[in-house]
Amino acid sequence: MKGVRHYPGFLPLTIVCLVVLYTPLIVVAVYSFNASTSITSWGGFSLRWYGEVFTGREATRFGQAAWNSITIALMAATTATVIATAAALAMVRGGPFRGRQASFALINLPLMVPEIVIAVATLIFFSTIGLKTGYLTILLAHITFCIPFAYLPIAARLEGIEGTYEQAARDLYATRAQAFRLILLPLMVPGIVSGWLLAFIISLDDFIITNFVKGAGMETLPTAIFGSVKQGIKPNIMAISTLMLLVSVLFVTAAYLINRRGRQTP
Amino acid sequence: MSTAVDIRDAVKRYGPVTALHGVSLTIADNEFFTLLGPSGCGKTTLLRLIAGFEEITSGEIRLFGQDIARLEPHQRPVNTVFQQYALFPHMSVIDNVAFGLKMKGVDPATRRARAGRMLEMVHLSQFADRLPAQLSGGQQQRVALARALAPQPRVLLLDEPLSALDLKLRQAMRVELKQLQEETGITFIFVTHDQEEALTMSDRIAVMSAGRVQQIGTAREIYEAPVNRFVADFIGETNLLQVTVEEVSEDRATVVLPGGHRITCPSASSSTGLHHLSIRPERLMISDDADLTATVERVVYLGTDLQVIAHLDGGQPITLRLQNAARVALPEPGQRIGLHLEEGGARLLAD
Amino acid sequence: MAGPGPDRPPGDATYRDLVRPLLLPSWLVIGILMVLPVALMAVYSFLTKEFRGGVIWDFTLAAYDQFFLDRGLFGDDPPRIEWTYISIFWRSIWQAGLATLLCLLIGFPTAWFIATRPARTRGLWLFLITIPYWVNLLIRTVSLRFLLRDQGPLNGALQWLGLLDSPLSIINTNLAVQIGLFYSYLPFMVLPIYAAVERYNFALSEAAADLYANRWATLREVVLPVVKPGIVAGCILVFIPSLGAFLAPDLLGGAKTFMIGSLIDEQFRGSQGNWPFGAAAAMILMSLVLIVLLIYARSQGRAPR
Repeated sequence: MKGVRHYPGFLPLTIVCLVVLYTPLIVVAVYSFNASTSITSWGGFSLRWYGEVFTGREATRFGQAAWNSITIALMAATTATVIATAAALAMVRGGPFRGRQASFALINLPLMVPEIVIAVATLIFFSTIGLKTGYLTILLAHITFCIPFAYLPIAARLEGIEGTYEQAARDLYATRAQAFRLILLPLMVPGIVSGWLLAFIISLDDFIITNFVKGAGMETLPTAIFGSVKQGIKPNIMAISTLMLLVSVLFVTAAYLINRRGRQTP
Repeated sequence: MSTAVDIRDAVKRYGPVTALHGVSLTIADNEFFTLLGPSGCGKTTLLRLIAGFEEITSGEIRLFGQDIARLEPHQRPVNTVFQQYALFPHMSVIDNVAFGLKMKGVDPATRRARAGRMLEMVHLSQFADRLPAQLSGGQQQRVALARALAPQPRVLLLDEPLSALDLKLRQAMRVELKQLQEETGITFIFVTHDQEEALTMSDRIAVMSAGRVQQIGTAREIYEAPVNRFVADFIGETNLLQVTVEEVSEDRATVVLPGGHRITCPSASSSTGLHHLSIRPERLMISDDADLTATVERVVYLGTDLQVIAHLDGGQPITLRLQNAARVALPEPGQRIGLHLEEGGARLLAD
Repeated sequence: MAGPGPDRPPGDATYRDLVRPLLLPSWLVIGILMVLPVALMAVYSFLTKEFRGGVIWDFTLAAYDQFFLDRGLFGDDPPRIEWTYISIFWRSIWQAGLATLLCLLIGFPTAWFIATRPARTRGLWLFLITIPYWVNLLIRTVSLRFLLRDQGPLNGALQWLGLLDSPLSIINTNLAVQIGLFYSYLPFMVLPIYAAVERYNFALSEAAADLYANRWATLREVVLPVVKPGIVAGCILVFIPSLGAFLAPDLLGGAKTFMIGSLIDEQFRGSQGNWPFGAAAAMILMSLVLIVLLIYARSQGRAPR
């Protein structure tokens, strides 16, 4: 007799789940410290492949790709967050209005359409209007699909903020702009930060759409890695992968901590 | 009368916390038995042990002689009416009521018929095909009752089933519950923190506090003959006076009241020395034939009653209740009054 | 598909007068960069292909004809049904369906287990599930390919344990693609189910147990129906991306494991490309997804609250 929450076998299945999710990542992280040039045999511990990432033959290519990825992700996440915050204010604090349902569907459209379809459609669009594919087209595409990822946490946060705070501020002679700047915006910050983080990681992650609209010679980190992996997995790729893994873990931890702090404040 | 539930030395620990310290009690077949106590006293834990939702740490639970302490909930012939009803939100009312029968393998026609009769009994036949969310709180309550009664359990457990209802409905449901218990002849074990509920419905009441049963008795017994300070204080209003016990014999004691008067009264104590005396406020009268003398502080008008708040000469506070009759002369604040104790109006407690 | 829905009654309307300007940026960006392109893609699927990539603006049904019908080498045989592309779609649906089922079989117990941990340790378990969710999908797929190689660590470990004599060839098979899809989208199944189980009222399970249902009857009769919205959401979140997946089939599979994503991708690569045909395949994929979403919307609309 163990209570209604207990099901025999669920713990082993949970462990299976975690083993499946983590084994490939851990194996790659371990092999990234392999001294041997062969990826098959273990030749002792070494940091040589990390050195290779920053100084090796492909260092300039990956360096440029990483720079493109990060600058695009920063701009795309920031733009998408601003657009999404405005949209959330209208959707949550705008009262009932005509086209509310349609607006909601529109904002979330990038989540509903398969990535490969977005990729094809975007490429066709840029080609039709004659915009040369490259840095700018990647950025535009990223801003678009980042909007719903930024919107969902921001709107959820805004829904949790009672209207009484703003009413109290207005009652104490604040203008609406002041009430927004001094009351609503600070309360929204945890949602805005999680929205931004999510959008940033989604942009950094994207391969399919980027691969369609990047044009020749332009690379982001995922497309550069993909190109390299097509010729076989080399140890320096494992070192880069481990570094990116580390960045993701740092991001999750940051989002987790911000979220927890956000829950403590009203 | 045969024994329905027999609990011996039930102990329940959650890690370092002990929720029940060796509870023993016997509930007769066909009895309306109430577990009464403040929140955290262990009454719900005890109920959940009987239902099988919690595993007993040590002790025995027997149901009609059979040890059920290690059985899973679905193997015990008891059913529960949950505090928030726990009606299955995705099933219609009739499917909810028929659920227990379905699980017992009763064929569809029979279970539908029996569930229908149960709904008739709680006057909800016309709502059979609704979802629980489409019913009012009182109706949901009655569905929960019908659902728990449908499999014809030998014992029905009710976990504060009326607490989610408003006052009027609560009062009506008390009558309905009591009638239902008499009609069906099923043993009811009812958990509540509301003493009025307990006093009006129960055959017997177990007053619980801090994981222990303090007293078991009929409503009259626990009100009129409380054994200790907790019971005297929890049930109704009372004055607790510190007194010196001079002599104890069987169930009576001679005590010295503050002010020096000696009285003999019923006693739950077996030792002399300092003890508490419980005096119900309505058992005190203003009289020249005084056992106690006090100074009036305030008089509170309560409509049918008057409450007089005073303090004894030694400083101990005392409250009395007078019926609001035309002939009563209102005492004034500051006035000294003599108080007469009605025969049997005071009781010496064990602590 | 979680989060604030359009049907929730809006509370305060402090920004009622600013609705239009506040929504304008998202309308413009998504309208111009997503709705318009998809409409244009629909038009492209009816155009004539140009041989060096791109299109000629002559309207034709050629792309759909090529997809569904076989008219022989010279195009003058009586049309028969062309199975090449339909079977690729069928394989994609089948693979995505199987991945969804596997994710559910592992994901539900995991979500349940985590949601029933004490509050203190629950955060840590959830954290462990969330990390892979945030790790770059390309990196994860590459790692899996590294693990599953013929001379890779998995085969090494199995041989070392004496379970295998010669390496198992997993890469380039349907099995590898299936493992890849399962592995890629498993967190997408766990998280929505977790959210549903966390809100689940366990008194319902107690009520079922009290009414003579054993553990598994309780699961079947009460738990699953009540947390169904979370399960359906999880299935959608696994099925849709699996259907159009590109990385797992491309990096783990081979010519025989071709899926829709790779088929579409190929039409836009270099001079062998066929833009109208790629657009048509994408249109068909989008219709499939739309059907799934409509079924989902229906089921959510009927769910009791």
